[in-house]
Amino acid sequence: MRNFLRVFLSRPIPLVGLVIFAVVVALALLAPLLFARGPFTIVGMPLLPPGAPGLLVGSDVLGRDMAVGLAYGARISLLVGITSTLGAVGIGVLLGAVAGYYGGWLDDLLMRVTEFFQIIPSFVLLMVLVAFMQPSLSSTVIGIALITWPQVARVVRGEFLSLRGREFVQAARTLGMGDARIIFTQVLPNALPPIIVVGSMMVGSAILTESALSFLGLGDPNLLSWGSMIGGSRSAMWVAWWTTVLPGLAIMITVLALNFIGDGLNDALNPRRRR
Amino acid sequence: MNRLTYIGARLIKTVLITIAVVLLSFFLVRLAPGDTATVMAGQAGFADEAFMKSLRAEYGLDQPLPVQLWKYLSAVAQGDLGSSFVRRQPVVDVILERLPNTLLLNAFALLVAIAGGVAMGMMAARRPGSATDAAMTVLSMLFYAMPQFWLGMMAMLVFSVWLGWLPPFGLETMGADYTGLTRIGDIAVHMILPGVTLALYFMASYARLTRTAMIEVADQDFVKTARAKGISEGQVARRHILRNALVPLITFAGLQSAILVGGSVLVENVFSWPGVGTLAYEAVTTRDNPLLLGIFIVTAVLVSLFNLATDIAYSIADPRVELGR
Repeated sequence: MRNFLRVFLSRPIPLVGLVIFAVVVALALLAPLLFARGPFTIVGMPLLPPGAPGLLVGSDVLGRDMAVGLAYGARISLLVGITSTLGAVGIGVLLGAVAGYYGGWLDDLLMRVTEFFQIIPSFVLLMVLVAFMQPSLSSTVIGIALITWPQVARVVRGEFLSLRGREFVQAARTLGMGDARIIFTQVLPNALPPIIVVGSMMVGSAILTESALSFLGLGDPNLLSWGSMIGGSRSAMWVAWWTTVLPGLAIMITVLALNFIGDGLNDALNPRRRR
Repeated sequence: MNRLTYIGARLIKTVLITIAVVLLSFFLVRLAPGDTATVMAGQAGFADEAFMKSLRAEYGLDQPLPVQLWKYLSAVAQGDLGSSFVRRQPVVDVILERLPNTLLLNAFALLVAIAGGVAMGMMAARRPGSATDAAMTVLSMLFYAMPQFWLGMMAMLVFSVWLGWLPPFGLETMGADYTGLTRIGDIAVHMILPGVTLALYFMASYARLTRTAMIEVADQDFVKTARAKGISEGQVARRHILRNALVPLITFAGLQSAILVGGSVLVENVFSWPGVGTLAYEAVTTRDNPLLLGIFIVTAVLVSLFNLATDIAYSIADPRVELGR
């Protein structure tokens, strides 16, 4: 663990990512305290530029404070990014572990399924899933988890395939452990590092996917997110650049920070990649 | 496995994928609350039990699930994807009307991505660790972190709103009624912003792939032989190294086509490009579920056909490849 932290913190890029991410998390958590009136309150004239009295980053098409929207948007992005990734990791670990551990037709079936998900345009499938389940926070999370779990399953399967023949697994079997116990208490802990790396990368792409959904109006209609802020101010782009530029920058900075962290985790947890 | 058996096996796989897509669609419909009858009744504005019952009988919704599934499968096999709730036209016709525009945009984007990526990759491979090399890494990092639709809007903001160089919307100038070459030129100009937006995301990865492949191939014996024969350095790079380095790009283009189509849905919407992507958006906003599902089926089948084509092309381009595995 100490070794891991030493490697992770020794390079500037993951550290920068961690600091930025911490700021975004703090903003998300503090939003209800800082801006108790909520993101939908109209505070003044529409399309006031950044720096107008009381408006740090201006107002949007309906005269709502963009700063409040950006802070509340962080909550949605992080919530969707993290929960949908947890869901995908849950499904992926379960199916990948079973396929990799038992092999045979289960493994064949799983590989066909993951291949299928690679070939179909998964964003179009996501649109169908969310539209059919009715757009809401939970349908967004479920939809993203359903189209991304195969990535996790592939990684977990690979790890289990290479670990299942090792001595410690044979020893556990000789001790009379059941399959479920071997999978979860013996093999899984050893397969964790790559799962963590994949998971950290998936949070960022889930945030991008969520923003795309809410840009198209497939997000939760009762919540303001960065994507819906961009989608809602499309008509104002010609006269008020900040309404579209700022939420997009917020997305980019957050995802960049997460990718930096993922990169650092990869270097720290994967000795083969260490330079 | 010889090439013919490989192509045969690959064909069967494509058919199986198509069947899986249709099966998935059949069950997806059941996710939505209410059935066709409730929707039709809602549109008609009235409904009593008898009317609902007759509707359900008309659409076969009162039949057992396996019978419905069989009917659905055979309908799709005959190219019948149902009819659009809103437009009251067969879904297939609506999609086919828009499909050429989407294919045009995607083909253009793919071409730009490959041409730009290969050029950048070649430059970077000439001197690994150079400024081009570093710029490529930074650019790909940025492109992977920003929403593609937002990149498109920023491009529109700069090149249409501020600079006024390129038209921001649509397929062609409205009301201009250009014909012949003028029209083709007009469409080409309209295609630049959405096409390049779509391409930029992939350009960085093509550049990286080309760079790696070029450096790898440059070490092989046949390149040394070519050099020993006294062929000029530029010719070696183009004729010997590049040609072999391009082979992996074929597979890559196939694998990325699914992501390309997903991006196209968003980019088309940003630039009001009248393709399948804007159609998908219209289907979502008007709750036209059969249309949306039809778009999923059609795009999925097209992407799997494109993958089939790239796999076959790959097996021809590189005869050393072990087929089948």
